[in-house]
Amino acid sequence: MEATSRSFPANARRALADWGLQDALHTMARQGFAVKRAQAAARLPEFETLRGLAKDMKNEVLQNLDFYLETYERAVSAAGGVVHWCRDAAEARAAVLTICRTAGARIVTKGKSMIGEEIALNEHLEAAGFEPVETDLGEYIIQIRHEPPSHIVAPAVHLSKEQVAESFRATHRDLDPDRPLSEPRQMLDEARALLRRKFLAAEVGITGANFLIAETGSSIIVTNEGNGDLTQSLPRVHIVLASIEKVVPTLEDATLLLRLLARSATGQEFSTYTTVSTGPKRADDLDGPEEYHVILLDNGRSALLGGEMQDMLRCIRCAACLNHCPVYGAIGGHAYGWVYPGPMGAVLTPTLIGVGEAGHLPNASTFCGRCESVCPMQIPLPNLMRHWREREFDARLAPAAARYGIALWSFLALHPRLYRFVAEAAARVLGWCGMKRGRFRTLPLAAGWTNVRDMPAPQGRSFMSQWAKRR
Amino acid sequence: MSDARADILHRIQSRLRGGPVGEATATALGERLRAHPRSLVPARAKELDRPARITLFIAMAEEVQATVARVARAEDAPAAVARYLAERNLPARVVLTPDPRVMELPWRETALALRAGVAHDTDTAGVSGCFAAIAETGTLMLVSAPDRPTRNSFLPETHIVLLRAEDITGFYEEAWDRLRAACWTGAGFAMPRTVNFVTGPSRTGDIAQKIELGAHGPMRLHIVLIDDAAPA
Repeated sequence: MEATSRSFPANARRALADWGLQDALHTMARQGFAVKRAQAAARLPEFETLRGLAKDMKNEVLQNLDFYLETYERAVSAAGGVVHWCRDAAEARAAVLTICRTAGARIVTKGKSMIGEEIALNEHLEAAGFEPVETDLGEYIIQIRHEPPSHIVAPAVHLSKEQVAESFRATHRDLDPDRPLSEPRQMLDEARALLRRKFLAAEVGITGANFLIAETGSSIIVTNEGNGDLTQSLPRVHIVLASIEKVVPTLEDATLLLRLLARSATGQEFSTYTTVSTGPKRADDLDGPEEYHVILLDNGRSALLGGEMQDMLRCIRCAACLNHCPVYGAIGGHAYGWVYPGPMGAVLTPTLIGVGEAGHLPNASTFCGRCESVCPMQIPLPNLMRHWREREFDARLAPAAARYGIALWSFLALHPRLYRFVAEAAARVLGWCGMKRGRFRTLPLAAGWTNVRDMPAPQGRSFMSQWAKRR
Repeated sequence: MSDARADILHRIQSRLRGGPVGEATATALGERLRAHPRSLVPARAKELDRPARITLFIAMAEEVQATVARVARAEDAPAAVARYLAERNLPARVVLTPDPRVMELPWRETALALRAGVAHDTDTAGVSGCFAAIAETGTLMLVSAPDRPTRNSFLPETHIVLLRAEDITGFYEEAWDRLRAACWTGAGFAMPRTVNFVTGPSRTGDIAQKIELGAHGPMRLHIVLIDDAAPA
């Protein structure tokens, strides 16, 4: 997909003025994932301890990632599957297209996969003459609307039921135009019947992977709908899209993460379907795919190892950081302009499409820290965003005014006497100017603040000088 | 493509340490894989006796909209299945998973229309056995095999699972241990092709954040619990 992260400020303004979107975001805040996560976490006394253990386990994996990937590959091969190592999106797409062509595919069903979005797989499948069909209901809705996902767990969370009904009427033209579609149930039944036919007709099924298991060569998918299972068990060929950091050593290690994943994502004790797949169907099996392929994608992740961004590779894509972010809660996911929104997107997007393209995203944070406090893998998201801000500054990518402002401030901050003198002078001048009203409606250089609220006037003395006096 | 493999591994190694993991580390990591140590197990599922495991399993399964019926003997399961379908006014026909533990039961004593084999789209109700269950979260664990096709758990609108009380484990690690023991060959642990953990019927919240059951998988999940200590 074409990134629009460069126009984040304009995107955000549009999102704030979009009443439909604001309505959906309010529903989310009122009764959504954050509330349910808090309940689920409170119900499991070990939850906080598990977070620490998960972090340590994943850190160890990343430290020996090459070992685990080679072990994983051997196990996949032993089970009759094939691992396709892909350096970047283009290699991954080429590998998928080759498999689809060889399989003589026409219809390709897809379970939800963020890697699929990252490599813009649908566009390329279509261009090559295949019919990709998203089968997760939310993904299906945004596919027929030609929209990117706005949330990594609930891709159509920004839409109202009326908008979905409208899209169903526009797309499912062979159905009675007067059929009732006012309730989610009716739309679900319609999608279920329609997608069931696609499940049965598809020659290739593509899923993502929540985890890969080195010990057994297995891939794990977690869904609530069961669409992933129909995608991977009905067609003749199953392709798994996974990035290199998804590997964990054993079934027990995956269990540790599974105890955190659903609770952090949707507040469920466990998702409805957790499926562990290992290779193609066995000799006497009555069902299952004849071929099992794993697209093992790097796409910039190896470059994060051993550096300050390595912590991001622990991410299990639960979306808790999105659900708890005041910025995401105000503007939704589309404003971020690429595949991964919210705090995890603000950290990950610059690594994948460059800080020049996505420099706005790590700036779109108040550093309130809620994301880090709920992250099941204890990723220090605000700190990682700060690293990007520093790099943006070093690369002179930020606007000149901001750069000079920050340079001036940092000069002052490094010279305490001068800083105190300037602060005291500013407090006096502003205090004197604002004496009458006690606040400012406009201030030079501070329009970003005063356009939407008044700035309180200082009381005439700086904190430091008041403190010195009191002592 | 083999170039990509070497390249990715090289990139990883050069970022981490400049070469492959040392021999000692590799041995230690290999040991850890073979030992597959457990991490922290939630207290709620630990050291439960049989009745407590059953109680926790039922409570957790019902919380996610599964229904549970208890019968004292496996021979009573077919009648319980027929009763369940009749009570809900569902078609009186089932596709049975061709698993001997399911097939050996007296299905012909019921009035159900029967078929055994892989489920088709036209099957309204499917009956499966199950390998184990996990009380911790009210989860069923189904394991594929030549006589246990996977799609029978997903295609029919109603999925009925026969669960023996002795197969209810407390927590996931216990279930993994059972699987490792059941799939142990001379060469070690042979992971089955598919392991399905099922916790309640299929659901989605993708339209206007409202939870609806029966998204793509079954609309109903009914568990017939075979428990010889059950009240008659």
